[in-house]
Amino acid sequence: MKRSASILSLDPELPMAPQAMAAGPALFSLHDVDLHYGPVRALRGIGLAIHAGERVALVGSNGSGKSTLLRVLHGLLAPTSGTASCLPRNRQALVFQRPHMLRTSVQNNVALGLWLRGMKWRASRQAALAALARVDMAELAGRNAKALSGGQQQRVALAQAWAMDADALLLDEPTANLDPHAKREVEALMQEFAQPRAGRTMTMVFSSHNLGQVKRLASRVVYLERGRILADLPVDSFFNGPLPEEASLFVKGEKI
Amino acid sequence: MNTLAESAVTALRLITSFDPVLLDIVRLSLAVSACACLLACAGGLVLGAWLGVARFPGRGAVLTLLNTMLALPSVVVGLLVYLLLSRSGPLGFLGWLFSFKAMVVAQAILVLPVVTALTRQVVEDAERSHGEQLRSLGAGTFMRGLLLTWDERFALLTILIAAFGRAVSEVGAVMVVGGNIEGYTRVMTTAIALETSKGDLPLAVALGIILLAVVLLLNTLITLVRRWRERRDAGMAGWLRMPDLTA
Repeated sequence: MKRSASILSLDPELPMAPQAMAAGPALFSLHDVDLHYGPVRALRGIGLAIHAGERVALVGSNGSGKSTLLRVLHGLLAPTSGTASCLPRNRQALVFQRPHMLRTSVQNNVALGLWLRGMKWRASRQAALAALARVDMAELAGRNAKALSGGQQQRVALAQAWAMDADALLLDEPTANLDPHAKREVEALMQEFAQPRAGRTMTMVFSSHNLGQVKRLASRVVYLERGRILADLPVDSFFNGPLPEEASLFVKGEKI
Repeated sequence: MNTLAESAVTALRLITSFDPVLLDIVRLSLAVSACACLLACAGGLVLGAWLGVARFPGRGAVLTLLNTMLALPSVVVGLLVYLLLSRSGPLGFLGWLFSFKAMVVAQAILVLPVVTALTRQVVEDAERSHGEQLRSLGAGTFMRGLLLTWDERFALLTILIAAFGRAVSEVGAVMVVGGNIEGYTRVMTTAIALETSKGDLPLAVALGIILLAVVLLLNTLITLVRRWRERRDAGMAGWLRMPDLTA
């Protein structure tokens, strides 16, 4: 998936590291990507390469461009300028902050994604049941998905993503708005889903405001501020090394 | 006041005695409006769903035109259908003027913009809220339109009931294209207009009571459907299972 192009060099002053060290071709590669919503510049000069097996956390204040960046990676938004070369959408899955459940059973909600990707309906329903068992929700398969709690709906969304057998899992603040118990459950599933599956490495990109979660789940942290990447570091360096002032304030909790 | 009270008593007697003339008018009226709504829904739901998800040049102009058509005066629709179906009109060869079919066509044209515009609004709101998630799953424009329409089926049912209410209570279009012929094209609204002008108030009042009862019943149905939907959303899926889409 390639989108239009004019490549400029990245700022050499920015704290950057891991993409250069990772082996193999990048699953996601953005060069000087700008994205405008009318007069608002949501992303500015984004350069980012994500390789197979990485667990990348996108952090930053509200409105910093995390969700927009995830949508560009998923192919839901096209850059206004720059180049985005991403894994095809049918090989990745995106879990939304507030997943919408259709007015039908939990099982049908999970099966729908598979059916839309070409699987027969009956087989989709069977695969959905297996995926629901994976998130410990098989007993709720016949329930109306609308009637589930926020945490349960998020687990259904994870089951849907799991059922798709994708190479990359993208998650947009998956534990925001959840109570602590549901947060722990969803986080445990994320951790499980990030493990290699049938010999294939899983790549995970997620946005989060929860720095503890970032420490627990990520191998690399990308800090965004007003649509720009200000830091892109391995997780240890991000939390222990020198950072630009804005990122440092964010880590100290003085910037929300 | 005396006339009103006497008329009301006589009207109630007509209703409770199942007066055959009254029943014929009511039956015809409901049949015309039901057929018109079915026709309008067949086109309006599909068109509205498509307009809710599709983006194309000139869409704004189409929506403005559609919203303008919501305020179509029923007599103008009647006049248009009359011109189309009259002997010298382009569809005169059908011989439908002053018939059941002409009234159905007129009411369907009247109700089509209502069904289309309200469906478009419901589907577009749903698309804004979770269309992106369906796109992420791989649903194209047409499939999103179908899925969102299906997902909003209870809201759309409310629209259909409202459309029936609009059809059954209009008078201008059916008067012009139906001709208010006794036993053939006389419906509740045209009969009320005629009987009032003739001074036969009891029949007019009886029909008025029934018409009000029909509208009241429809509004009650709308409320019940809304509550039912809320209850279903909080409960078990059960019969709400998707149809078997096995290809």
